[in-house]
Amino acid sequence: MSIYLNKDSKVIVQGITGGEGTKHTALMLNAGTQVVGGVNARKAGTTVTHGDVTLPVYGTVEEAMKETGADVSIVFVPPAFTKDAVVEAIEAGIGLVVVITEGVPVQDSAAFWALAQSKVDADGQQVTRIIGPNCPGIITPGESLVGITPANITGKGGVGLVSKSGTLTYQMMFELRDLGFSTAIGIGGDPVIGTTHIDALAAFEADPETKAIVMIGEIGGDAEERAAEFIKANVTKPVVGYVAGFTAPEGKTMGHAGAIVSGSAGTAQAKKEALEAAGVKVGKTPSETAKLLREVYATL
Amino acid sequence: MDLFEYQARDLFEAHGVPVLAGIVAQTPEEAKAAAEKIGGVVVVKAQVKVGGRGKAGGVKVAKTPDEAFQYASDILGMDIKGHTVHKVMIAQGADIAEEYYFAVLLDRSNRNYLAMCSVEGGMEIEQLAVERPEALARIAVDPGTGIDQAKAEEIVDAAGFAPELREGVVHAILKLWDVFVKEDATLVEVNPLVKTGSGEILALDGKVTIDENAGFRQAGHAALEDSAETDPLEAKAKEHDLNYVKLDGQVGIIGNGAGLVMSTLDVVAYAGEAHGGVLPANFLDIGGGASAEVMAAGLDVILNDSQVKSVFVNVFGGITACDAVANGIVKALEMLGDEANKPLVVRLDGNNVDEGRRILADANHPLVTLADTMDEGADKAAALANGK
Repeated sequence: MSIYLNKDSKVIVQGITGGEGTKHTALMLNAGTQVVGGVNARKAGTTVTHGDVTLPVYGTVEEAMKETGADVSIVFVPPAFTKDAVVEAIEAGIGLVVVITEGVPVQDSAAFWALAQSKVDADGQQVTRIIGPNCPGIITPGESLVGITPANITGKGGVGLVSKSGTLTYQMMFELRDLGFSTAIGIGGDPVIGTTHIDALAAFEADPETKAIVMIGEIGGDAEERAAEFIKANVTKPVVGYVAGFTAPEGKTMGHAGAIVSGSAGTAQAKKEALEAAGVKVGKTPSETAKLLREVYATL
Repeated sequence: MDLFEYQARDLFEAHGVPVLAGIVAQTPEEAKAAAEKIGGVVVVKAQVKVGGRGKAGGVKVAKTPDEAFQYASDILGMDIKGHTVHKVMIAQGADIAEEYYFAVLLDRSNRNYLAMCSVEGGMEIEQLAVERPEALARIAVDPGTGIDQAKAEEIVDAAGFAPELREGVVHAILKLWDVFVKEDATLVEVNPLVKTGSGEILALDGKVTIDENAGFRQAGHAALEDSAETDPLEAKAKEHDLNYVKLDGQVGIIGNGAGLVMSTLDVVAYAGEAHGGVLPANFLDIGGGASAEVMAAGLDVILNDSQVKSVFVNVFGGITACDAVANGIVKALEMLGDEANKPLVVRLDGNNVDEGRRILADANHPLVTLADTMDEGADKAAALANGK
């Protein structure tokens, strides 16, 4: 088991012919991902080849889904075209769209999120899950990679990880490489994102393979505080936390568009305190966080 | 990016929001000329991106152009909460009968927009929201449909405007929504929105925050950047497209990925506690593709920071593997030559780490020390910055 992604997931790449799309399609194939095709309206009908795999390029997401049975899409198109690409995937009714693109205008993200929320199935469930934008994507080690995380850091195991940051995700997977991961998901550091810490925590709680959860946050917004409330009420598995940005000054954006402390809101200290109040052990550094996780893992 | 009041006023005017005349001035002479041009009573307003300027003496009513000259000389150069006043706006005087409040902003928590409106404007809105929340109407705005006529009427009615004001306020709100959407703003705030003695609705003071990610479709936004407020090292970093923020410390930091760099700052600050209290000197994220040129540009910026005593390079090799990063560091040091004059601690982990460390060991640069872990690297860099 895992969350959101497994070996049976069939993946299409929006922007498969671009520089990033080409590079990461090859890396995803190497990681074992079932990449089944790509989308580029201007190159419909052509193919792309990686080693001994030849992939068809379709004109639309809808066509690609119909022809290949794809249920996951990954978006590598530039910021100016990201909104249209995600809207197309939502309109086609795909189950999961992972948006890697960095620098998407926040009004575009708000617009495609509003659209995704409006598309529900007969049970009232949202049809399309969005991960990102501006994120490293998701990896279920040993099964499938839909994103840009290095696939060789670690293998399968019982730790679930959710993080706003890409390289911190890699760092934490590296610190805990001997334990392995069920799924590691980078949700992105933008002000408006699809899948949240809370969504991932709920999914890890329900996933029998996940024994313990690492949650990595950073300054800005109140997502960590909300996650703390959620953990208190709904999560029985042990959660260990880390928050980056204790030394960030007020009013300065630290790389991620969402990583800014405004007024007293969004500080690392406030997030740490909220998490600790919810029973989450919070590490001061990535290495201390890994140590805390190891301690609880040993008792399971 | 937050805009100055005069920039917000200009955008309001361009999108048809009712405003009064306002001219920006950088010298008392310009202020006097602006007052003459506008005519009558004017208000000299300090242009700073911080609240509380009125209490600090940064807003004065001038009855004549000579008074405008005098007040501008007083206000220009003034320090308001750490912000030096470089510009004033000369604004046409208003005959204010009543003051209201309106804002529309990105609501991160709910992933939509929020309109806030009150018939009690003028005061600190945070204070109003806490003390009399019922006086502040909060209406969620769907990003798919935005503020149309019906939504604007809903907002105005929720705020409790008198019927004779409805049309004018609805009109102003629709135009302010145009500003929000067409300028890719994350905040458009008017405080106060006023009714004049003759019953006109005017946006008297505006605050606008624009989304820098939308720069590719907002050609005019580059001109709104304020070079006077930008640190010279930050300006230099910007030329190289580097994500750099200057801080007040002694250990220069270079890393890849925003989260890892933020984390590195924290780890260095903790390590510094044992080394004379040294602190991180900057945030610098060189991103995923850490080429030699980017590394050289980054090192160049950091080594030009006279406060910096040592540098900590902390990279987790992902898609760009450690050998490429190591080659980047070696080439960067060659390119910089004698300009590279401060000790560097380098920690590499991730893809091809052995090869990366071998490259740095072979290069044997006298300034470079290798560290096995992030904690060790932070400790070494802090010790070096503290003169050890």
